[in-house]
Amino acid sequence: MIRVVLPTHLRTLASVDREVRVEVIGQPTQRSVIDALEATYPMLHGTLRDPLTHKRRPFVRFFACEDDLSHELPDTPLPDAVVSGDEPFFIVGAMAGG
Amino acid sequence: MSSVRVLVGTRKGAFVLTSDGTREAWDVSGPSFAGWEIYHVTGSPADPNRLFASQSSGWFGQLIQRSDDGGSTWEPVGNQFQYDGVPGTHQWYDGTPHPWEFARVWHLEPSLTDPDTVLAGVEDAALFRSSDGGQSWNELPGLRGHGSGSSWQPGAGGMCLHTIIVDPTDPQRIFVAISAAGVFRTDDGGQTWRPVNRGLHSEGIPDDDAEVGHCVHRLAMHPSRPEVLYMQKHWDVMRSDDAGESWDEVSGDLPTDFGFAIDVHAHEPETVYVVPIKSDSEHFPPDGRLRVYRSRAGGNEWEPLTRGLPQRDCYVNVLRDAMAVDSLDSCGVYFGTTGGQVYASADSGDSWAPIVRDLPAVLSVEVQTLS
Repeated sequence: MIRVVLPTHLRTLASVDREVRVEVIGQPTQRSVIDALEATYPMLHGTLRDPLTHKRRPFVRFFACEDDLSHELPDTPLPDAVVSGDEPFFIVGAMAGG
Repeated sequence: MSSVRVLVGTRKGAFVLTSDGTREAWDVSGPSFAGWEIYHVTGSPADPNRLFASQSSGWFGQLIQRSDDGGSTWEPVGNQFQYDGVPGTHQWYDGTPHPWEFARVWHLEPSLTDPDTVLAGVEDAALFRSSDGGQSWNELPGLRGHGSGSSWQPGAGGMCLHTIIVDPTDPQRIFVAISAAGVFRTDDGGQTWRPVNRGLHSEGIPDDDAEVGHCVHRLAMHPSRPEVLYMQKHWDVMRSDDAGESWDEVSGDLPTDFGFAIDVHAHEPETVYVVPIKSDSEHFPPDGRLRVYRSRAGGNEWEPLTRGLPQRDCYVNVLRDAMAVDSLDSCGVYFGTTGGQVYASADSGDSWAPIVRDLPAVLSVEVQTLS
């Protein structure tokens, strides 16, 4: 199971706590984790990625193990500590605006 | 006894204001979707407990929310707005071609007869329709494809399709308004469209009476007179008596003919309301006095309505979708401000009082008259 920490607005939208767990079939990557997240919480569809192009929204960031993974390719394997569940995969709304 | 439900979209959530028919005491509930921009909340005339809300965010994109219990609970429905075919380009602010890109839904217009059918006006300007309660959306491509789309340019707020009016006597006839392109009409349910902007004059565009390119801010119609349209343009209040075929200016004695909101009395088709705003850049009421202007003659002759409205130190704006009327015997008029006040008049505008004073900036106001 992959631990995913959601930003406040999306916790409210999905009616979940700060952290959720999703099961990923195969190699955990940004793409497969978000696919699993959207399958488990359909209301999140289109909020992290453009629903048509699947490109990451510009003000959405992906962090893990104190690294910014936002600019990694979507199919890059996630760090081992995320795969093992020792560390969460953080989805963050970029600090912009007021 | 009748009651009234006022649906308010703000920069930071949606609010529902309710009162009985006296409209003296109000209950304020919300915010729903706290922290999100709610460009529009509206109800189905065919099923008043079915509401639709446009929820968006610069971070997390566009959602459409639907309620089937008058706003007590909501569920997200479809949020895929895919332009039909190859989207092509429109003009950017600098006149260069710019690809059509979906940004947000500005306005939702439910069918008068079918609670599952709703139209959506979006930025970049296009018209979408759902026939399944908002679960899926399909563009009506004839609007962008009618021929002038590549020349449309955004206004300061983006290239938005912000007004949708369906002729209550002929649902095949639909009017839309786009900033800054103008008014377009279909007579075949959205398959084919043409611009209906003859008579509009706009300084600031190369050809001031061009067929398209006018910054129309809002249209209004009285349901009993669907051939009569009123318009608040960037500058000028306009009137058409032939379903948009021609327009005449009716700004008359207004202190300024700039503004955003315009609406028509529920029972008097010649009684029109506007909120004059100082421009080009200030976008607040002249002299710091918030005044609604009413014409009982369909324009040209206007009277200021001030009782209960702040007459000093008021520097708010009233945005294009933020005025509405109820249909009680004594017509109620409502508007919201960028300062977070929602004002109501239960006597056709003669006197006003705030329902609520300190909401986030108000983007839209709709009213449901419930029996």
